Amino acid sequence: MKDWGFSILKGRQIDFENNDFSISEFVTLHEPSFKWCIGCGSCTATCSAARLTDFNPRKIKLLIRRGETKGIAEEAAKCMLCGKCQLVCPRGINTRNVIQNIKRALNLRHAL
Amino acid sequence: MHFNLFVLPFSAGMVILVALLALRYFKWLSHLETGNLKTIGSKFFSLKTLHALREIFMECLLHRKVFKNNVLLGYMHMSLAFGWFLLIVVGKFETLYYTGKHANELYYPVFFRYFEQHPHQSGMLSLFNAAMDLILLLILSGVGIALLRRFRPGVTGTKSATKHSFGDRLALSALWLIFPLRLLAESSTAGFSGNGSFLTQPIGNFMALFIPVQHLSIVFWWMYSLSLGAFMVAIPYSRYMHIPTEVLLILLRNWGLKTNDSFTGFSEIEVQSCSRCGICIDTCQMDARKKNQMVYFLREYRYDQLRPDLTDNCLMCGRCNVACPVGIDLTRQRLLQRKKSALEHHEGFKYLQQHQSIEKTKVIYFAGCMSHLSPAISRSMEKIFKAAKVNYLFLDKEGSVCCGRPLKLSGQFDAAAKLMEHNRQQIIASGATTLVTSCPICYKSFTEDYHLRIRVLHHSEYLPELILQKKITVHPSGKKVVYHDPCELGRGSGIYEQPRLLLNHFTDLVPILRERENALCCGGSLGNLTISPDERGEITKTTAGSLNSPGPEIVATSCPMCKKSLAPFSDAPVKDIAEIVADHLEITTESQKSSKHSKEQEMVEIN
Repeated sequence: MKDWGFSILKGRQIDFENNDFSISEFVTLHEPSFKWCIGCGSCTATCSAARLTDFNPRKIKLLIRRGETKGIAEEAAKCMLCGKCQLVCPRGINTRNVIQNIKRALNLRHAL
Repeated sequence: MHFNLFVLPFSAGMVILVALLALRYFKWLSHLETGNLKTIGSKFFSLKTLHALREIFMECLLHRKVFKNNVLLGYMHMSLAFGWFLLIVVGKFETLYYTGKHANELYYPVFFRYFEQHPHQSGMLSLFNAAMDLILLLILSGVGIALLRRFRPGVTGTKSATKHSFGDRLALSALWLIFPLRLLAESSTAGFSGNGSFLTQPIGNFMALFIPVQHLSIVFWWMYSLSLGAFMVAIPYSRYMHIPTEVLLILLRNWGLKTNDSFTGFSEIEVQSCSRCGICIDTCQMDARKKNQMVYFLREYRYDQLRPDLTDNCLMCGRCNVACPVGIDLTRQRLLQRKKSALEHHEGFKYLQQHQSIEKTKVIYFAGCMSHLSPAISRSMEKIFKAAKVNYLFLDKEGSVCCGRPLKLSGQFDAAAKLMEHNRQQIIASGATTLVTSCPICYKSFTEDYHLRIRVLHHSEYLPELILQKKITVHPSGKKVVYHDPCELGRGSGIYEQPRLLLNHFTDLVPILRERENALCCGGSLGNLTISPDERGEITKTTAGSLNSPGPEIVATSCPMCKKSLAPFSDAPVKDIAEIVADHLEITTESQKSSKHSKEQEMVEIN
């Protein structure tokens, strides 16, 4: 990385060179509609689980696309698969399958 | 002693077949659910067995259900099955009459015309002779239709036929060769011996003009025996396993066995009874080219080639269950395979706590996740409850913990059980005696998996009750209405009449072509994780088009999922029956006053 002469807080940096995009690639391969996400947050607004706990589907998808996959597995496990997110998604994304494939990808990673 | 070397392929084939069947059936029957054997024992000498025998005759031989689908298709299957059965039975009587003995060699009736070559003089024997020729002709007409169908599938009314595997096509070829070869063998022998009848004799005479039938007939007998033997050996490894297995299935089913939440020996017998007839392909609303219909799914299972992506890619709408002539519980089989390959993540639901105390009530209203996306439905129900002066608790007013069925449909039974237990505890804690829900998915979940000891009703059952008990009244609408049967309420729970009773009471309900068990799926199903949004849209468009074809003013349904799915594609507005009832509710002055009062309160709060 080029030295600009000032420091950046690690937490505010998205390191596209070193982040892990394998999960994002796996999910996009099995659910191509994942690409259409604009991060509007309608899914989280209506989510059944988000009402009861710290679950945020928009954030999970955003982090996966940034390649920041730490801690995602426990979060994704909170999804009840109820489908409200899918019905409200303005782009018609198959959000349930996105979450399922995130879980699959992380499971495969652990198996390896 | 009647013998020739050529009987060996047939005899060997029979022995191998019987041995393989015995081994397999013993294995599956030893894997039945506990208590099943006792059930069989108690029902063995009952009327159920007679009922089973009748069903075996009507379905396995006459193929009655296939006839209902298409007459020519039914004739094609019946001629082969019933024809072959008749050949065996009549042939047995023929040899019994001829020899006067019961115990001849097993292959003797099969090759009767080879072993007895002098022409039959006695009237009775000529009659048997003619009967056997007639039955053979019947079978050959069926084989002819089957052959024609391979080139022109439309001739039997089916749009798509099963794309068979190589092994199945080999077995099919063996089967189709058997009877033409029998014809050639018997005819060629008749050509020099004169022992044929109205079909075989003329053909034999014709053949004698061109070939030395006395020497060549043995070749045809060899080929006949070989094709029989090949087919017998192919049975346990091909689609034709259904021939003996369906008989066993019908017996066990009539004795009360069925597949529940785990895959047992009975489930295996069910799966092996699939004849791969392909009738499920036409009823399926998904693209036949994707080859994820039940026939392909079951075939993949049997050859251990299941692909989780395809197992999941099914709307679980149940249209195939209705169409299957064998009566296999196809959606349940699919669900059990999903369960086997599912990744369970039930550690994630620790956040479900029984937080607050539930107030006591007699009636609980559970809107369900999807109803919350269509608040008009729950608001209508609340309006109706208030008008009927029912003391109810809106359990998920602030939002639902999902009933668990979508999780179960994805195969994650354990995770679903966590959600179900949470809701169940809440329902029990309230002390309610009646549970009313607006969502058919939740309804099916409550009735099948929650094991509640209270009355569980879908609102399409509850509202007619309220009207009959005169707790509410609706004024007539006069609007032309069409009703869409939701998959989970209709085929899934058997509720077809109550919503119609309700609508007929105050609207002009018109019937449509595909309704009740034959209703189309709206496409919104939560039973399919894999289907693309585009393909889903295609399905919804077709269903919406079919519903709008009589030109209704309202498309009525009783499922929030169906409503949300159909609405964008429907010309007529799509409304839940609760909304229609609430719109036409006769409100007395007292309740009018209270509703006006609450409206004023709402205005104050907004400002």
